Amino acid sequence: MYILGVSAFYHDSAACLIKDGGIISAAQEERFSRIKHDSHFPVKAIKYCLSQAGIRARDISNVVFYEKPFLKFERLLETYLSFAPRGFSSFKSSMPVWVTDKLFQKSRITALLHAEVDDEVDWQKKLLFSEHHLSHAASAFFPSPFDKAAILTVDGVGEWATTTCSVGSSNKLEILKEIQFPHSLGLLYSAFTHYVGFKVNSGEYKLMGLAPYGKPRYTDLIKKNLVSIMSDGSFHLNMTYFNYGVGLTMTNEKFHDLFGGPPRQPESNLTERHMNIAASIQKVTEEIVIKLAQGIRDETKESNLCLAGGVALNCVANGILLRKKVFENIWIQPAAGDAGGALGAALAVWHLRHKKKRKIHNKKRDAMAGTYLGPSYSDNTIQRELENCGAVFSKVPEEKLINQVAYHLSNGKAIGWMQGRMEFGPRALGNRSILADPRSPDMQKQLNLKVKYRESFRPFAPSILKEHLSEWFEINEDSPYMLLVADIVQGKRLVTSKATEKLTGIDKLKAPRSEVPAITHVDYSARIQTVHSHSNPKFHKLIGEFHRLTGCPLVINTSFNIRGEPIVCTAKDAFSCFMGTELDLLAIENFLLFKKNQKTSLLQNYRSKYKLD
Amino acid sequence: MDFIKEIFVFLKVRKKLWLAPIVAIMIIFGLLLIAAQGSVVAPFIYTLF
Repeated sequence: MYILGVSAFYHDSAACLIKDGGIISAAQEERFSRIKHDSHFPVKAIKYCLSQAGIRARDISNVVFYEKPFLKFERLLETYLSFAPRGFSSFKSSMPVWVTDKLFQKSRITALLHAEVDDEVDWQKKLLFSEHHLSHAASAFFPSPFDKAAILTVDGVGEWATTTCSVGSSNKLEILKEIQFPHSLGLLYSAFTHYVGFKVNSGEYKLMGLAPYGKPRYTDLIKKNLVSIMSDGSFHLNMTYFNYGVGLTMTNEKFHDLFGGPPRQPESNLTERHMNIAASIQKVTEEIVIKLAQGIRDETKESNLCLAGGVALNCVANGILLRKKVFENIWIQPAAGDAGGALGAALAVWHLRHKKKRKIHNKKRDAMAGTYLGPSYSDNTIQRELENCGAVFSKVPEEKLINQVAYHLSNGKAIGWMQGRMEFGPRALGNRSILADPRSPDMQKQLNLKVKYRESFRPFAPSILKEHLSEWFEINEDSPYMLLVADIVQGKRLVTSKATEKLTGIDKLKAPRSEVPAITHVDYSARIQTVHSHSNPKFHKLIGEFHRLTGCPLVINTSFNIRGEPIVCTAKDAFSCFMGTELDLLAIENFLLFKKNQKTSLLQNYRSKYKLD
Repeated sequence: MDFIKEIFVFLKVRKKLWLAPIVAIMIIFGLLLIAAQGSVVAPFIYTLF
């Protein structure tokens, strides 16, 4: 039985296809449409899912939408009623959309499936709706390697719930309790994201990356005024400081007065105050996540924890959760945001509605197949696309490709690396990645400014051979999805001078802090991806060869895109990004392209193509 | 018609039938807002608040 899960209409639309409970394919629409965080109905992603499985639309038994529009409308109505007459401006802008469109999502989805996928299928009969946080919880538990686990989902808001605690056992999942809108950890974090001048729904990662530059001087202020945290991790926001309940912005004047000024204008200078605010909200978030986890452990007595929801992408909090050993084992859904809701919705229907058994093939491995669930392309397709682009390339045997790429990496070159199936979820994990040498002190700045065209404070992450993990980082658990942060071991750190220790803010970047400065954040932390030969043998071989050449078993791994651009999907996307940035080398499967060999007429001003995120 | 039936069932299951008249008013109001965009109905709406 095939079940298609769909998330759409808010941000990060995606589709996922499962067959008898096994995940066949999953992808975000943005990768095909080339619109970052694309919220349109994921027609292209659905078509990809069908073609990957080699089936026709009529073979699908159920289509599941990841949330319930009526419940969401109920929440909106009750919120407007409780705040009335305040909130009229928000009501005025949202109600027409609901009344003409969102409230009729069932018929809209059916019509779209008829028009874009197959006109002859009775979609109305096949269409089901899951709940937003149930979808998240299902995406966290059912693909996990655990037979039993506690499940924590935390995000901005779904229908009513913003946080849920559940318990999963075999093919069952029960939500035990929830925190409801407007009390939301995701929205609290987003409010600060907005206040520090980053975009809500995409800038949260930047806020987390900015936090280590500051000191948590505002933590007490936040806890005293904005959020009350109970011993079990439940929390209550003081809504007099926020505007999202009634208005079109996240924060209000009272909030701005509390933190000593208006929100930072996007792209303006980041001051120490902004860094301190980022550090403070990060600390409060960590405290809430830890207490929530302790609360659910005490209630369920489980030893395993599964996490999903946008807040589960806060890998700093995840790292602390792991170090504090609140649970023996933690598993985090790699597509923890709304895109992963498509996967969870499909799995929820299979296990909870159809009551089908769950198979765990390997207690140490999850069912996500390394989250390499997107499309791959044949050599013929790649060659044709490259020829159409006018690229100069050669095709080499795999061993030669690995040797050459590793050699150029060790010589400080920045390399585009596109291999196999694209990743599902926000992280590039070695199949759509930009790779570079982490030992170079200049590499972080070079990559940020000349390749990624993004803010210079943003850190890069390492991909490390799992076998060497504990030699380099204070962690020994698998982190295949780059969702855990750990510190670099003392032995790899460099002794810093007193002058260096006095540096503040962005100036902290000037001092190399370890043998691999390009991936060592200013607080000695790194967001780690462990690379395993069973899940990505080619990437494992490449890092292995780099290790043989340099003695260093890790490389910089950042997503293959520039700021504001979705991660590349096809060979054409990869070649465009290659020619629009200062990447030196591009490897697509076994095709190798050197920048110096390309026609200069193909160089393009790529940066202006995408809106800043 | 299907839609009205579905929303009625939804409110019944949620034990929120008291919301039904408000839903109806909100929908009418929302439709008015759409009609009001750049039309003569606009002043009528603003006098309500």
